[in-house]
Amino acid sequence: MSATAEPHVGRPLRRKEDPRLITGRARYVDDISLPGTLWAAFVRSPEAHASIVSIDTSAATARPGIHAVLTGEDMADLAGPLPMAWAPPGVEVNNPPHWPLARGSVKHVGDPVAVVLGEDRYAVVDAAEDVIVAYEPLPVAIDPEQAIAGAPYVHPELGTNQVHSWTLAGGDLEAGFAAADVTIQRRVINHRIAGAPIEPRGVLADYRAGALTLHTSTQVPHFVRLFVALLLGLSEEKVRVIAPEVGGGFGAKLQVYGEEIVACWASRALGRPVKWIETRSENMSVTHQGRDQIATVRMGATRDGQITAYHVKILADLGAYNMLLTPLIPSLGAFVMGGCYKIGAVTTEITGVFTNKCPTDAIRGAGRPEATHMIEVMMDQMARELGIDRLDLRRRNFIPKEDFPAAVATGVIYDSGDYVASLDKLLEHVDVDAFRAEQAQLREQGIYRGIGFSTYTEICGLAPSRITGPAGVGVGAGLWESAMVRVHNTGAVTVYTGTSPHGQGLETAFAQIVADRLGVDPSVVEVIHGDTGTGPEGRGTYGSRSLANGGEAVAKATDKVVAKAAKIVAAELEAAPEDIEVSGGKFSVKGSPEKGMTLAEVAGIAYIGAVPEGMEPGLEETTFNDPENFVFPFGAHACIVDVDTATGKVNVVRYVAVDDCGNPVNPLLIAGQVHGGIAYGIGQALYEHVVYDDDGQLVTGSFVNYALPTAAELPNFELDHTITPSPSNSMGVKGVGEAGTIAATPAVTNAVIDALAPLGVDYINMPLTPMRVWRTIQEAQAR
Amino acid sequence: MITAEFDYQRVSSVADAVAALQAGGEDAKLLAGGHSLVPLMKLRLAAPSRLIDISGVPGLAGIERDGAQWRIGALTPHARLAASDVGLLNRVAATIADPQVRNRGTIGGSLAHGDPASDLPAAVLALDGSVVAHGPDGERTIAASAFFSDYMETALAPDEMLCEVRVPAMDGYGFGYEKFHRRAEDWAVVAVAAAVKVLDGACVDVRVALTNMASTPLRAGAVEAALRGQPATAEAVAAAAQRAAEGTDPPADLDADADYKCHLARVLCERALVAALAPA
Ligand SMILES: Cc1cc2nc3c(=O)[nH]c(=O)nc-3n(C[C@H](O)[C@H](O)[C@H](O)COP(=O)(O)OP(=O)(O)OC[C@H]3O[C@@H](n4cnc5c(N)ncnc54)[C@H](O)[C@@H]3O)c2cc1C
Repeated sequence: MSATAEPHVGRPLRRKEDPRLITGRARYVDDISLPGTLWAAFVRSPEAHASIVSIDTSAATARPGIHAVLTGEDMADLAGPLPMAWAPPGVEVNNPPHWPLARGSVKHVGDPVAVVLGEDRYAVVDAAEDVIVAYEPLPVAIDPEQAIAGAPYVHPELGTNQVHSWTLAGGDLEAGFAAADVTIQRRVINHRIAGAPIEPRGVLADYRAGALTLHTSTQVPHFVRLFVALLLGLSEEKVRVIAPEVGGGFGAKLQVYGEEIVACWASRALGRPVKWIETRSENMSVTHQGRDQIATVRMGATRDGQITAYHVKILADLGAYNMLLTPLIPSLGAFVMGGCYKIGAVTTEITGVFTNKCPTDAIRGAGRPEATHMIEVMMDQMARELGIDRLDLRRRNFIPKEDFPAAVATGVIYDSGDYVASLDKLLEHVDVDAFRAEQAQLREQGIYRGIGFSTYTEICGLAPSRITGPAGVGVGAGLWESAMVRVHNTGAVTVYTGTSPHGQGLETAFAQIVADRLGVDPSVVEVIHGDTGTGPEGRGTYGSRSLANGGEAVAKATDKVVAKAAKIVAAELEAAPEDIEVSGGKFSVKGSPEKGMTLAEVAGIAYIGAVPEGMEPGLEETTFNDPENFVFPFGAHACIVDVDTATGKVNVVRYVAVDDCGNPVNPLLIAGQVHGGIAYGIGQALYEHVVYDDDGQLVTGSFVNYALPTAAELPNFELDHTITPSPSNSMGVKGVGEAGTIAATPAVTNAVIDALAPLGVDYINMPLTPMRVWRTIQEAQAR
Repeated sequence: MITAEFDYQRVSSVADAVAALQAGGEDAKLLAGGHSLVPLMKLRLAAPSRLIDISGVPGLAGIERDGAQWRIGALTPHARLAASDVGLLNRVAATIADPQVRNRGTIGGSLAHGDPASDLPAAVLALDGSVVAHGPDGERTIAASAFFSDYMETALAPDEMLCEVRVPAMDGYGFGYEKFHRRAEDWAVVAVAAAVKVLDGACVDVRVALTNMASTPLRAGAVEAALRGQPATAEAVAAAAQRAAEGTDPPADLDADADYKCHLARVLCERALVAALAPA
């Protein structure tokens, strides 16, 4: 690059995706119509637990325009139940069959019992109301603590509700607690929340001439392809899965869903395309949910504030079935259970329990928000116990900068970190002394204002295969990522990525990466994703992996193209390939930029075939990137709240976030991810909660009572950053899709406790709803 | 939105609407702004066989001062009410949901729907307002105190259309509406409407009504009695507000159990009265 041309990487380029999105030209599954399509509507269980005595489909079948009504029995030829892809070495996981359409019994409200297929979207819903299902209600297991203690059982044949138990222990816990002067214990609840993407799920399956095309709103088209093929007995290459525009996933679309299998099966059986679009009510009741952990957390420390031992026992409510990664999710938090602190002994014990609720699985952060919430709330609790300032206690225990890469007790190696720097940066924005003065003054006027902090690190960029795969953590797939970079005759570039973005802006970020390396403008770089029929095999988008893993693959594939282009240019300009550089939009010999070739000129030579002897024509390259390690973003967040102590209502008045996601590729995209992430965390802390009643009926079945925060509930987020490049990839980048969510809940919770401290409140569990906050104040006052 | 099947009919006069209601039988429903009815149809919690769209009936969207009272057309959207000079109702309408809902939803629909969690019913009740209904036998006026009969039930006959809402002008009163909800766009968990007239430092008239504290909106008679004739002081207001939950029967829901709702009623009542007493 010439001295004058600024690199595209690092610039807040506006999103290439946005024009089509904001002008309504994007194509979601529901926008795709195929001639002859049959619509599907599911008949779902109103019972939380019941045997199916009979299903009478005659009235529904007789209605005009209805082609078929299918039940679980009709799909008896499926090769197997829905997948669960976690087989941790040495751990037994109870995994009763989970069928796309129930067989014999239903286990939670919304469990699908039958599907109606017909010519009209309205007619199938009408007909579904005419399917008569006789249920014999069975006793329900709703409360996870009661469920783990014994009957009634969700799956009576197991004789237990326990799914599994899994432990990750590092260091000598007993010695750690023995060395402690002070030990505290808290019951920490990370309640159940929903993914709630604005676009619900949708599928359009089209089986014809021995091959299947499935359009589905998913984060993982390749995984869906694999399991559709396996369950339907098709050869994988005969299945093409396309994730068109996807309107948010948040983990809820990292799944292989029964509706996908049913639509494909029905399309093959009926010889017609089959389409199903999820309603919001369905999304709230059957699309997998997240969190739902009750933990007993013990922390030991010396008087002078050295944390010596940390023990977390989690009871994870996994709902009625294991889905793709259900029992694994709490374990993802275990690897960073000790947060950004140097703690010699850290043990996490996880017990999974079945209940008659919607299954849980990955939801934004997946295990790491829970872990971060626990350690960050506990640090505040311990500071109060020891009479040490909360931030001082953190500083005393931070893993020092010199230790990186740092092996921690949980067995992973934190690739990079500078926790003091991010906290210092945060305190440049938040003057704690001034805040304390203001706080005292406001209290005199009856206003209870509090500040809370969260200094966090997380593990993301899900890869490498050797750790995540079968021999490591036990996921039945190595989590590498692929990219293919194709330079066209015109000098335009098409990038195929195995990631499957659904709102993150990766088309823009990847274009920036490619543009710099090839000396072209990002506008001529098109990024194709979410289609198993185009690029190479891929692994999808989740776990903040797409940039660190998929973007790195794009960079590597581009570098291969550059290397080949350099050879072509070297031959043309009679120079050595090592002396060719990309500068000012041209490939030229170092030191003589006036004599250069554009990418289009290089491509011309590559495709005419006038390439140096021994070289293949063409200009495209493929890479499979499998990094050495995860990446570990970190940061420090502060939240300031006002609590109306008469009503218990919490109002977030200020939120400041300092995040370190390594070298920034596009600050605008980062800000977008951090904003959304914090909103998610504030949402969980204050508003969102999936509630089932004692009978297993879903109380929060719509957005009227599942309270997603809106812009009106959120402050302007103040963002800053530090930059600590990751050594895990060549670009020094880290994921940032989950960081805000991971950091936010303890910052909010600690702020509320700080606000209410003068009223005697020293601890509270989420969700911090007005009624709960008010009750907590009443109880504290009564003590 | 996959509703059950229904017939749709647009009418352009009150007489046509009433005739259509009569012809349509039990399952025919008027459609005004659609912001209460259509969400129910979407979930198939309501499945009217016929929708009679009155939104195009001329002359029903407007606010007029008529001597000592305000006459508000049934099709007046919340947004217009919010921007009007109608005491109390203007500040109440401004708290309804978001601009989209306020632009579409109508006062007639809000009252006819009879949801105790809606904001306008308690306000109209507080002001001793009335509604004018047209039916096959002509016009009748129903006092707000006789209008809300039970949860989502009103004194309107199935073949009657609400055409106008009347409230006294309340000159010289101060107003307060305190709505407690979790998010800006939510329905009230509890809300309290107050109108107070002060003469020579004393509360000579006090009107207080409660949203979502029973199956219908309620007047807080005990508060009114306790404050009427008392000095307009913080102490008197606080003492009176303590009685806000008397005679209520709030249903427990996700956000609030009965105890907490009663507590909220007292807190909000005090705040609403303080606002009503604040210099304009
Ligand atoms: C997201 C959302 C949030 C909301 N939040 C609030 C809130 O915070 N507070 C609040 O008060 N309301 C709220 N609402 C409801 C809103 O105010 C409605 O618009 C209003 O309650 C009903 O008015 P409408 O004109 O939309 O009535 P429609 O939905 O058209 O009708 C409602 C009912 O009244 C009947 N009806 C309508 N007009 C007449 C008439 N002239 N005569 C006889 N019967 C009639 C209909 O047949 C129907 O049964 C909310 C609505 C939505 C969608």
